[in-house]
Amino acid sequence: MNDLAHPSLTTASLRHRSVARRKAADLTVKVLAWVGASFGIAVMAFVVYEVVVRGIGAIDLAFFTQPTPQDVTSTEGGLANAIVGTLVITGVAAAIGIPTGFFGGIYLAEFGRNGRVATAVRMIANVVMGVPSIIVGVFAFAILVKPVGHYSGFAGSVALAFIMLPVMARTTEDVLNLVPNELRESGLAMGAPRWKVTLGVVCRAARGGLITGASLAVVRVAGETAPLLFTALSSPYWMSGLFGPGGYFGGPVANLTKTIYDLAATPYPQWQDLAWGGAFIIIVAVLGMNLLVRLIFQRGKEW
Amino acid sequence: MVGSTLTDRALTPSPGAVAPPRLEVPEARRSVDQDFAALTSQIAVRHLDFFYGKEQALFDNSIEIKRHRVTAVIGPSGCGKSTHIRTYNRIFNLYRDQRASGEIVMDGVNILSPQTDQLDLRRRIGMIFQKPSPFPMTVFENVAYGLRQHYKLSRAELADRVEDALKRAAIWDEAKHKLGEPGTALSGGQQQRLCIARAIAVEPEVLLMDEPCSAIDPVATAKIEELILDLKSNYTIVLVTHNMQQAARVSDFTAFFFQGHIVEFGPTTQIFSNPTQRKTEEYITGRFG
Amino acid sequence: MSTIESGLVLGPEGPRGAASAAPRGRLRLGDPLFRGIATLCGLTVAFAMFGLTAVLVYSSWPAITGLGAEMLTTVEWSPSSGKYGALAALAGTALSTLVAMVIAVPLALVIALLLVELAHPTVGKVLGMAIEMLAAIPSIIFGMVGLFVIVPFMQEKLVPWVLSTPLGSLPGLRPGPSFQGGGLSVLTAGVVLAFMVLPYITAVSRDVLRMVPQVTKEAGYGMGSTTWEVMRRISLRYANSGIVGAVFIGLGRALGETMAVAFIIGSVYTSLPRSLLDPGTTIASLIANTFNEATDEIHVAALVELGLVLFLITMAFQFVAQAWLRRVQRTAGGRA
Repeated sequence: MNDLAHPSLTTASLRHRSVARRKAADLTVKVLAWVGASFGIAVMAFVVYEVVVRGIGAIDLAFFTQPTPQDVTSTEGGLANAIVGTLVITGVAAAIGIPTGFFGGIYLAEFGRNGRVATAVRMIANVVMGVPSIIVGVFAFAILVKPVGHYSGFAGSVALAFIMLPVMARTTEDVLNLVPNELRESGLAMGAPRWKVTLGVVCRAARGGLITGASLAVVRVAGETAPLLFTALSSPYWMSGLFGPGGYFGGPVANLTKTIYDLAATPYPQWQDLAWGGAFIIIVAVLGMNLLVRLIFQRGKEW
Repeated sequence: MVGSTLTDRALTPSPGAVAPPRLEVPEARRSVDQDFAALTSQIAVRHLDFFYGKEQALFDNSIEIKRHRVTAVIGPSGCGKSTHIRTYNRIFNLYRDQRASGEIVMDGVNILSPQTDQLDLRRRIGMIFQKPSPFPMTVFENVAYGLRQHYKLSRAELADRVEDALKRAAIWDEAKHKLGEPGTALSGGQQQRLCIARAIAVEPEVLLMDEPCSAIDPVATAKIEELILDLKSNYTIVLVTHNMQQAARVSDFTAFFFQGHIVEFGPTTQIFSNPTQRKTEEYITGRFG
Repeated sequence: MSTIESGLVLGPEGPRGAASAAPRGRLRLGDPLFRGIATLCGLTVAFAMFGLTAVLVYSSWPAITGLGAEMLTTVEWSPSSGKYGALAALAGTALSTLVAMVIAVPLALVIALLLVELAHPTVGKVLGMAIEMLAAIPSIIFGMVGLFVIVPFMQEKLVPWVLSTPLGSLPGLRPGPSFQGGGLSVLTAGVVLAFMVLPYITAVSRDVLRMVPQVTKEAGYGMGSTTWEVMRRISLRYANSGIVGAVFIGLGRALGETMAVAFIIGSVYTSLPRSLLDPGTTIASLIANTFNEATDEIHVAALVELGLVLFLITMAFQFVAQAWLRRVQRTAGGRA
C-alpha cells in the first residue's frame, strides 16, 4: 500500500487559472452557437421566403393549363406540360426504384445482415448515394441516349431510379432494423413462411417509416435537375404518347426542373417569373411533403 | 438526528442561520466509540427534496457527513441513494428537469444557492462513477486534466503532481510505464483507480463514490476498498453501495435509504448490529432489496 | 434515428437469423422466391455501381488515350480549337469547395454543439427541422436564389465594399484579369455551396457527438469543467474521427454539386481564377453547361473523362469518410 503519510503536495500554494476567463470563453462559445444556429435558420427561411415572394405571383390558372411559352412577345404560357412531364418521369422512376430499393433493403435487413456480401452491398449503397447526380445523368446518357440517338423521358426515369435505389434500400434497411426481433420470432413460431412474416408482420410494423422513406425519396428525385440534363432534356410541348418524337420513349420530355433552368437563363422577365413560379411549386411540394411525413409518422421523435 | 418525516425530528437548527450545526442525538443511537456530536461535519444536508420533473424522488433528507470519515449510503435499487449524493456536487444541474430544494451546507455556505460557483464546488467535491470513465486521452493526461484546468503549472510541477496522485491512488506501479497510453488501455479495476487518481489530483475535500466497485472484479474491488480506508485520513468520503458487506467493511457511518427517505443513519457498527428501525433490519437481513 | 440522407452507417446492429423457417414437409415456393428477389435487388445496387464505373471508363476511353495527361494539366478549354485543358475546372472545383468548407465546418460544429448540449428540447426540434428542410431544398432552388438575389448583392454591394477596404488587396481577393464585378464568382459559389453542405455536416457531427457516453461527460463536468471545456477537451476528442468523417462527407457533396454552381460561378473555361472574386468553373458545371452542345466524338469523351475524374474523387472521399465513421462506431462499442 502506498504511503499516504506525506501530504506534501497540496494545492493551497498553486496559482489558480482565472475562473472568470474560463467562464467568459464558455459564454462566448455559447453565444456563437446561438448566433450560428440562428444564422442557419435565417438562411433557410430566407431562401423559402424569396421563392415564395417571387414565385407566387406567377401561379394562376394559366400556369397549370398552358404549356411552356415559346413566343417572347405574348404573355401567355404556363408550365403545365412541364408539371405533367415531371409527374410522369418521376412516377416511372418511382415504379422502378421504390420496389427494387425496398426489396434490396429487405435483403440487407433480413437476409444478409452481417454476411460479407451484405456488408459489401451496404457499403456500396452508401457510396453510390454520394455519386454526384450529374454523373448519373452522364451514365444514363451513355447507355440509353447515345445508342438510340435521341433523348427520352425514359432515360430520365432510369437516371432518377438509379439515384432512388440506394436511398430506398438503406432507408428500408434502417427502418426494418428498428423492428424488434421478437416480432419476427413470434411470426415464425406460428409456422408462417418467412416471406409472409417479413411482408405481413415486419413491414406492417414499420410501415410508417417505409412510407416516409419512399415519399422522401420520390420527392427528392422530383427536384433533381442534373440527371435530366442529358436524358429527358426538356421540351416546350406536351408529351404525346409513348413512341415517336414527342413520346415518352421517343424524344425529350418536358420537365419542371430543366424548364425552370432554361427559363431562368433567359433575359426575359416574364419567363423568369414563370421560372420562379416553377420554383415555388417545387418548394411547396418538397417542403410540404417533408413536413407532412414527419408530422404524421414521426410525431414525438427527437431530432 | 436524522431523519425524514418517518422518524423523529430531533433536529432543530437555528432558523435562517447556516453556521456549522450542533446536533441532538438520541441516547440510543450514540455509539461508545464514536462521539458523533464531537466530530466536525463536512457537509450538512437539511430538508433536501429532489424532483425529476413533477415526480419527487427525495423527501426531506437531512444528514451530516462527517469530515475524514467514510459515510456509506445503502438501500434497495431506486431508493434515491445516487440521486442524493448527486446533489452534493450539483451534477444534476446538467439536466433541465431535475431540481433540488432545501439546504446543503459546506463550510458555512449553502451550496444549493444560485450564488455558488459550481466550477469551484466541483473542484472541492470529486466524483467517482459506477462505470470507470477515463477520458479519451492518455493516462497522464487523464490525471493532469483537473490540474491543467484549475491551475497554472510548469511541466515539471505537473509531472510531479500526476505521479503523486497516481501513488496516492495506489496505481503508480502499474501505471508508470503506461503514462503515454490511452486510459482505456488499463483494466477495469485499474481504470477506476485512475479515475480516483484523477479526482484526488486536485485535492478535493470530499470524494463522492457512486457504486465504484459494481462494474469491476472482486480482486480489484478489494484493492479499491483498501484504498478507500487509506484515503479517508485525508478526504471525506461518501460511498454509495448496494453491497452491505462492503459498507460494513469500509465505512464509519451508514445511512439507509428507502423510497427517497433516509430511514436511519448512524455509526456503521450500530446500524448493522442493532438497527432501530424495522425497515432497516429487514433490509440488512435480506428480506427485501 | 437520424433521418437525413447522409450516407451514414449508424443504425442499430442486431443479429438476425439468416435461416428461413420453412415448415417441414411441404413444397414451399414462396420463401426461396422471396429470398431470390430480395437478393437480386440487393445485388442490383452493386451492379449499378460497377456498371456506372465501367460505362464511364468505356465512354471516356478515346479521351484518356487521345489526350493523355494534358487534359489535367493545361488550362485552356476550348473544344472548337481542339484544346481540352481542364485545369480551370479542377481549380474552380477545389477553390469553391474550399470556401464552402471553411464556412460550413465551424458553423456545423457549433450548431451540433447546440443540438447536443445546449438547447431546450423544443428549440432543438425546431432547429433540427430547419436544418433538415435546408437539406431538402433542391439545388436548382439554391441556384435561382443565388443568381437572382445573392449575385446582384455581391456585385453591387458586398464586393465593391470589400474592394474599398484593405481586404481588397489581400492576395486571395485582389481581382485578377478575368474579374467581372465579383457577382458571378468563385466566392459566391462557395458561399451558396456552404449552406448546401451545412446540413449534412451538422447531422453527422450531431450523431457522432451524441455517441459520447453520458458518464464520460458527467465525469468532465464533475471535475469542474465548463460546457465548452467538456466539449473541446472530451467530446471532440472522443468523436474526432467522426468529425473527420463528417467533413469528408461534406467535401464529397460540395465537389459534386452542379446546378447551383452552374448558375453562379460564371463559366469561364479558358483561364484560372486568380482570386476568389474572379469567375471560374467547376467540373460539374462545365459538364452541365456544355455537354449537350458537344458533337465531336473526342469532345464528348473528354467531358465524360472529366466526369470520371469527379466520380473517382468523390468516391475516394466517400470511402475515406465511411472508414473514419466506422472507427467511431468501434470506439463507442469497444470502450470499457
